[in-house]
Amino acid sequence: MSGAVRSPLRGRKLYTWSTVAAIAALVGAAGCGGSSGSSSSSSSSSATGAQKGGTYTILANSAFGVADPAQNYTLQEWQLLIDTHDGLVQFQRVGGTPGTKIVPDLATSLPTPTNGGKTYVFNIRKGIKFSNGQVMKPSDFVTTFERQFTVPGPTSFYAGIVGADKCSTKGCDLSQGVVADDSAYTLTINLTAPDPEFFDKLALPFAYVVPASTSKKLTGNNVPPGTGPYMWQSYNPNSQAVLVRNPYFKVWSAAAQPAGYPDKIVEKYGQTISDEVTAVENNQADEVFDGDVIPSDRLNELNSAKYSSRVHVNPLTADWYFALNTRTPPFNNLKARQAINYAADRNAYVKIGGGPSLAVPTCQILPPNFPGYKPYCPYTAGSDTTKWTGVDLAKAKQLVQQSGTSGMKVVVNSASDDTSKALAQQMVSDLDKIGYKATTQLLTGSIQYPYVQNSNNSSKWNVAWSAWYQDYPTPSDFLNVLTGCGSIHPHSDASPNIAAFCDKTIQAQMDKALSLAQTNPTEANSIWAQVDHAVTDQAPWVDMYNPKQIDFLSSRVHGYQWNPQWYILIDQQWLK
Amino acid sequence: MAAILEQAEAATELRPAIAGRNPWLLAGRRLWRNRIAMAALVLFLLIVVVSLLAPLYASHIAHTNPFVNNLNGTTVVHGKRVPLMQQGGGILKLGETPIGPTRDVHHYFLGADALGRDVAARLLYGGRTSLLIGIGSAVICSLFATVTALIAGFFGGVTDSLLSRLMDVIWAFPVLLFAISVGTELQTLPHGLSVGPVHIVASSLWLPTLIIAFIYVPYVYRPVRGQVLTVVHREYVEASISQGASNVRLLFSDILPNVITVVIVLLPLIIATTILTEAALSFLGVGVQPPNASWGTIISDGSSLLYTRPWVSIAPGIMIVLTVLALNVLGDGVRDALDPRAKLRVGG
Repeated sequence: MSGAVRSPLRGRKLYTWSTVAAIAALVGAAGCGGSSGSSSSSSSSSATGAQKGGTYTILANSAFGVADPAQNYTLQEWQLLIDTHDGLVQFQRVGGTPGTKIVPDLATSLPTPTNGGKTYVFNIRKGIKFSNGQVMKPSDFVTTFERQFTVPGPTSFYAGIVGADKCSTKGCDLSQGVVADDSAYTLTINLTAPDPEFFDKLALPFAYVVPASTSKKLTGNNVPPGTGPYMWQSYNPNSQAVLVRNPYFKVWSAAAQPAGYPDKIVEKYGQTISDEVTAVENNQADEVFDGDVIPSDRLNELNSAKYSSRVHVNPLTADWYFALNTRTPPFNNLKARQAINYAADRNAYVKIGGGPSLAVPTCQILPPNFPGYKPYCPYTAGSDTTKWTGVDLAKAKQLVQQSGTSGMKVVVNSASDDTSKALAQQMVSDLDKIGYKATTQLLTGSIQYPYVQNSNNSSKWNVAWSAWYQDYPTPSDFLNVLTGCGSIHPHSDASPNIAAFCDKTIQAQMDKALSLAQTNPTEANSIWAQVDHAVTDQAPWVDMYNPKQIDFLSSRVHGYQWNPQWYILIDQQWLK
Repeated sequence: MAAILEQAEAATELRPAIAGRNPWLLAGRRLWRNRIAMAALVLFLLIVVVSLLAPLYASHIAHTNPFVNNLNGTTVVHGKRVPLMQQGGGILKLGETPIGPTRDVHHYFLGADALGRDVAARLLYGGRTSLLIGIGSAVICSLFATVTALIAGFFGGVTDSLLSRLMDVIWAFPVLLFAISVGTELQTLPHGLSVGPVHIVASSLWLPTLIIAFIYVPYVYRPVRGQVLTVVHREYVEASISQGASNVRLLFSDILPNVITVVIVLLPLIIATTILTEAALSFLGVGVQPPNASWGTIISDGSSLLYTRPWVSIAPGIMIVLTVLALNVLGDGVRDALDPRAKLRVGG
């Protein structure tokens, strides 16, 4: 990013399972995102001239940790897993906004929940085989869901399944919650309470089916067989991952799982990102992994006519922000929080994030082009509150005086990578301008995120840098997860409401929106918009910008598509 | 026989008294005559003086505050006002690149860093910090190590064993890893480190200074202790003991003056080492904390600009090389001056 950090992790959630540190280490990358790009465009799906064959080579700075799909929570593996595995449902495999639509995958259709929204009965497709030749059956899903708790994975996604509360790493019996009928080819899932986001959760790779014979324990770097058009030939975190065609794959739904074009997909690890750029410039590889942030001093090359047609820039549904610690002074005071929001020079943050082509200033929680998004920025100079136009230092200083917090010491916590450090320094500068005495506290990325989440450390910082990327396109994934009362978990490293902001009135609105999401999504989104504005008014964050993402490809890659959920659709590109 | 003695005494009385030659004066003369060492000293002093003038340069010549982000700022190049951060070109306009060297001492002589700060001004301030930490930690380290070595070598026995094993433990840690561990831990203390009445805030330069001083104590302790063990059995020490001199007097009047040359010879070399260590720690993010500047932090700041603005890293790199080179050459000169026999031995 020249700044911006793009996280290879979806969301930025951490859980208490063993690989938390490894996963967290992947957070923090910088990201930039940009807007349009020369040939960018996010949706051209026309396969004119498309041809199968060849080896598509991705270069990534590092591997994605443990490969078990029940546990891995990185964009990096997910971009490959969607080509090798399937779930009951799937995000439509196309570029652009249609890519956020949920479509049936191994289920024949999307069932209407019964029993007050607590029971889903899926009809499972017949005749589908795993890459090891084994026939896929509904009972395979039972093992898949139970593995979520025994491996374990981020169980919060599936904690609502009946019986899940008794599961642990020692064992799990979901026979009441996930009922398979291998003769009728149906799968019934019973929930303890309605979950309007259940389809979204089922579309995540954690719920992608693996054979019932798969170990209930972590499979490490061995990826169990899947049903997608490719299969894992090998994965070595020190060298490369190799995907080859699954000989048993036949297209059953082009919308959910189309056939891929390259014969082989190889992801190589270990080069510096700068070297990756050079290799792709020279067509020695096909893609700089889009979780690797291209160094700012290489961006100028990409601006040249020689390469610009191979660069694609797309807006991300993500937030880069500073959480304000609402537990302790000075930011337990609303006016103090609003003051720094007025003083935050978002133009400077955008420059650190790679400039206006790669970052868009924002004041609110929900990102643009997101359900429930209505532009809102009360913390700006001028009277137009739909967008940020400049700082209002006079107003900020006035609020600081009114809050009685002037002169207080403020610790700005951030990660120690270049971009996060620069953002923290800018925040210090903004705080100093309105009368605080700010200093930075820089920690390595793998430590910083769990550190600021854990309430044991809440007396040690006042402002904490963070970033959030959607898990799936629902407003609750931002508003409820990051600012909801239920997301505060004292003494835990997995407490994503870093600011510890809890407003009972706003929470009641969130709960109402959640309850309406299935029956009346339009009304729900309208309420989410109100929630977004109400949270923004309470200023638990200083929202900086929404990043954009750069994809840089070799000249032989054609058919680029950008899906809002999975980003680049690797196997839908062909080589010529 | 008696006549011979009388003649000798008479001759002695007639001969003019030989002026006593102060060994320090002799060493000073030898150092003065070593032109390479003197050139190194001049270079080092020049770097020190230029670094000390940093505030003057920043406020009266460049008119800039090198500790404050200036991403939206402008400067003058060839009479035209231009933004410090320049957006990328072409269709995509990706990235923001800081302005490069202007060769105008009044306007970003060495260009700006990624936060729009004047690199030349930060380079001078960085020199102050690096030299302060380097010299400060070397002096603290030498003082502590010398006192410890005097005690260990003089008292011997259990005292010597305990202190020497403690030094072995410190020595056993990989220097950088140890410093990184301590530095990272201290940075998580929001209100700094408090030891009794002493309070050090997390961003204080005292933290890297003390950390670096601590990790190099064994490197000075060992040779000084060795010298103490040699000196402590010399006749003049035994003579003092026989005259009832106290331990303190023995340590600081008889032994210390005879081992101090080891410390003096080591000091420039230790300063060079501590400057390098400070640069390494700051480059890794656990030394000097932003917005303070040191040569190490400036190199780190420039590492993301190597393709477009290499001078951000090259300039402090050159300063470190010159400073360390000057100190090493000076250290060699001091050694030759204080112990000319060593040079003869080395030279064969």
